[in-house]
Amino acid sequence: MLVSLYRYNPETDNVPYMQDVEVELPEGKDLMVLDVLHMIKEDDVSVAFRRSCREGVCGSDGMNINGMNRLACVTPVSEVVKNNKLVLRPLPGLPVVRDLVVDMSIFYQQYERIQPYLINDNPEPAIERLQSPEDREKLDGLYECILCACCSTACPSFWWNPDKFVGPAGLLQAYRFLADSRDTATAERLDNLDDPFSVFRCRGIMNCVSVCPKGLNPTRAIGHIRTMLMQRTT
Amino acid sequence: MVKSVTNLGRTGAYDWLMQRVSAVVLALYTLFLTGFVLGSSDLDYAQWAGLFDQMWMRIFSLLALISLGIHSWVGLWTITTDYIKPTALRFVIQAGCGLIMFVYLVWGVEILWGL
Repeated sequence: MLVSLYRYNPETDNVPYMQDVEVELPEGKDLMVLDVLHMIKEDDVSVAFRRSCREGVCGSDGMNINGMNRLACVTPVSEVVKNNKLVLRPLPGLPVVRDLVVDMSIFYQQYERIQPYLINDNPEPAIERLQSPEDREKLDGLYECILCACCSTACPSFWWNPDKFVGPAGLLQAYRFLADSRDTATAERLDNLDDPFSVFRCRGIMNCVSVCPKGLNPTRAIGHIRTMLMQRTT
Repeated sequence: MVKSVTNLGRTGAYDWLMQRVSAVVLALYTLFLTGFVLGSSDLDYAQWAGLFDQMWMRIFSLLALISLGIHSWVGLWTITTDYIKPTALRFVIQAGCGLIMFVYLVWGVEILWGL
């Protein structure tokens, strides 16, 4: 199999380039894309990529695999290979640090902006803040996000305005706390989102939904935020 | 909270709602005019002038014209803030769009009430 690999080392390269590497896949075994990267790295230690848990939980190895943002560790080669070729590029829209490693600062800044933690001004109870099973259910499909950035870096609205549009990952988390019955800062959270960029720059093209490796639906969450914003202003 | 002074309203929700409301008005106007053209046999100037001579049609047309201005402002504002990064150039293009829309509006009123 031919692997076309995005290479860029700012210390030695003026411009990024694609490097073709021939990889011999073992017979009768379907490897994950991350395994292929490890095989390449065994021959060339200079190849840089992030990885940690190698089971789709840490969200470190998000990358663009044959044109689609995915987690390399949970993407079988057989599922993505086309004409015996695999094209690996860094997540689009973010500055490249080296090879497949991107600078995710702006992604985290947008995450930080939505205050991704429980805010509750009421006195703390002795043991814990209770929540009914129904209220807890509202968080399903929201809390599972691993912040791999596959969705936000597949979103054209985030590409054009990463400093102003929160992006699908951040908005999914924004709704996770808006929907939480234990959170008391709903009005303040909505105030921070009610401008023409933060939420409304989403045009509903649903790239985020089609790439999310955890099967989450940020577009639906954004729709819920939009409804909450509309309900309090109309 | 991202501050912006060039969008239609002051909030994102307002722009979003106005874009949808104006879209509904434009859709109704388009459907009505299409129906009128298809429904009237041998459409001539007298019929056409007769339609626009009625006050409700002038109000409906003016509403459609204002909706066109609102709808295109929200749309073009979104496109210019997406693709044109130099602030001065973006502002000039946005001002140009605003001027054209204003001219069309005044021109439209002149046509509607000048028939």
